[in-house]
Amino acid sequence: MSELTDLYQEVILDHGKRPRNFGPLPDATHHAEGLNPLCGDHLDVQARVADGAIREVHFTGTGCAISRASASVMTGLVKGKRPEEVEAMFQVFHALVTEGPGAAPDLEALGKLAVFGGVHEFPTRVKCASLAWHTLRAALKGDAATSTE
Amino acid sequence: MRPRRHGGPARRDLHVLPALARPGRGGGPLAADLRLRGRAGGDGAPRAPAGPRPRAGGRPAARRPQAPGGGVSGLPTSARPPAAPPLAAAPPPGPAAGAAPPPLDVARLRADFPALHQEVHGRLLVYLDNAATTQKPRAVIDAVARYYERDNANVHRGVHALSERATKAFEGARRTVARFLSADPREVIFVRGATEAVNLVAQTFGRQRVGPGDEVVVTTLEHHSNIVPWQLLCAEKGARVVPAPIDDAGDLDLAALEGLLGPRVRLLAVTQVSNALGTVTPLAEVIALARARGIPVLVDGAQGMPHLGADVGAMGADFYVWSGHKVYGPTGIGVLWGRREHLLAMPPWQGGGDMIRSVTFEKTTFNELPYKFEAGTPHIAGAIGLAAALDYLSAVGLPAVAAHEASLLAQAEEALRALPDVRLVGTPRRRAGALSFLMGDVHPHDLATIVDRQGVAIRAGHHCAQPLMKRLGVPATSRASFALYNTSADVEALVRALHAARKIFS
Repeated sequence: MSELTDLYQEVILDHGKRPRNFGPLPDATHHAEGLNPLCGDHLDVQARVADGAIREVHFTGTGCAISRASASVMTGLVKGKRPEEVEAMFQVFHALVTEGPGAAPDLEALGKLAVFGGVHEFPTRVKCASLAWHTLRAALKGDAATSTE
Repeated sequence: MRPRRHGGPARRDLHVLPALARPGRGGGPLAADLRLRGRAGGDGAPRAPAGPRPRAGGRPAARRPQAPGGGVSGLPTSARPPAAPPLAAAPPPGPAAGAAPPPLDVARLRADFPALHQEVHGRLLVYLDNAATTQKPRAVIDAVARYYERDNANVHRGVHALSERATKAFEGARRTVARFLSADPREVIFVRGATEAVNLVAQTFGRQRVGPGDEVVVTTLEHHSNIVPWQLLCAEKGARVVPAPIDDAGDLDLAALEGLLGPRVRLLAVTQVSNALGTVTPLAEVIALARARGIPVLVDGAQGMPHLGADVGAMGADFYVWSGHKVYGPTGIGVLWGRREHLLAMPPWQGGGDMIRSVTFEKTTFNELPYKFEAGTPHIAGAIGLAAALDYLSAVGLPAVAAHEASLLAQAEEALRALPDVRLVGTPRRRAGALSFLMGDVHPHDLATIVDRQGVAIRAGHHCAQPLMKRLGVPATSRASFALYNTSADVEALVRALHAARKIFS
């Protein structure tokens, strides 16, 4: 059970139930659709970019607690960041969810992302945790759709 | 065969047939030989506890382990899995009409399935993902191993002893399958599975018959594998796939289906049992509607075969497809049964060895049935393993299996209904194999992860039936699906695991 409570930490349950920045972003400049064909998770991530930085990110769609929480936390963290900073955050996050906290030594830099440290114990859930990030990266690159497959 | 539809006789036939004799059964003498060496050799109990041992016995009907708790072979009680409950269970409700078959001695049968006896996350495995694939009995594992250990050779060509044995076993497997379906062995085509079988029919029969403006009707219950091959065909031909609707309970809307069977319809593709909801479709009625209009019918038996079996003659369909691994057999082997006149008229699907009679660069003549559709070296071990699985199932007795599973489904339905935050998805008139549900606002994926940590394997997702999920207005469901070795204790474990999930999300 301890691994389960590592996975479903309070912060994740909270963001899963009450996701922040959930809903359409009317003046979005970028958006992409993300699909996890395995479980049917489906996110639409919308971003407003101005002067080279992300001003706002929203998301809509359906998914499990992990994918919703990940999207919710992400939308808060990337605000004000430049795309290359988002990319760097994603790399740290990716190492965290695939290999665990040991692979992301700079826990300070992780900030709130640290709550996803339990995901690596559940290989089938890595895609749930990373879907929002993949989708945001696709949006910033100008791809309309992405998939975890 | 739809034993419950037509009552007992058809089913009894099935079990009498193999017992009469196994004329020309390829593996006969060999199997007997192996039995002497491998099995009855004295220390049977530790290595091969009990089990109907259909293959070894060769006369399943005579050895049906129907005597509850008793007469069959000496499984030491110690070998029983700890959680196996006494399977007194309530008599199965509803579906099993006629004389109820005696209850299964599930505790003893479980001993035949090595994979069931393991711990997962520190708990004894509770395997409720049987609609995805079933575990394999020792008889199947041994048959495959035996083939590779002793008889491995290519079939149909070699004149040496091993090739002769391999060919005999492979063709014997075909006859076993044919007998199980009450079919002619020449109408039994070995393929990789139900998916490949549907594709084969779409790309041969379908391509011959479907043209611009034509229609292929599929039902909303179908698995993607009985939708996408028809979409590919229709896209190529300028035809269209027309979905036949279901009602909110997850049953086919027969009146609507009838309305769709117009003059442009070239084929109706329908499942025997829904993999997502467990709905048993009223095949007799459906097929009658189509045949009255001269529309050929392909039945997807992937989910029906393990629970209902099939008598293709009585069924009246044109094609019946299924996968071996859902019927306790190996993966990578499945069966296309087709009416002889269709198979003869259909062009070959894949070209290669074994499917030809003679080849020159000017002209190739194709082999006779069933080899015309079996290009290349077949999955010999798979076919042999599949025959062992069917023998096993025959020996246990499909009616008894069906009754047992029906009683577990009824128990599971009742237990889930008693949970205030659980909603069953699909409440069909008749159910086999599986049930789908949702719990509160917990996503099925989260639920499956949590119950897995309690040792309970269920499936979450869209079950490769996205149009069905859309129709029901849910992105995904959790699905528990049952096999002959599941027990009341498994249902109780599922319910306990659901309580654990609720705790986390409350």
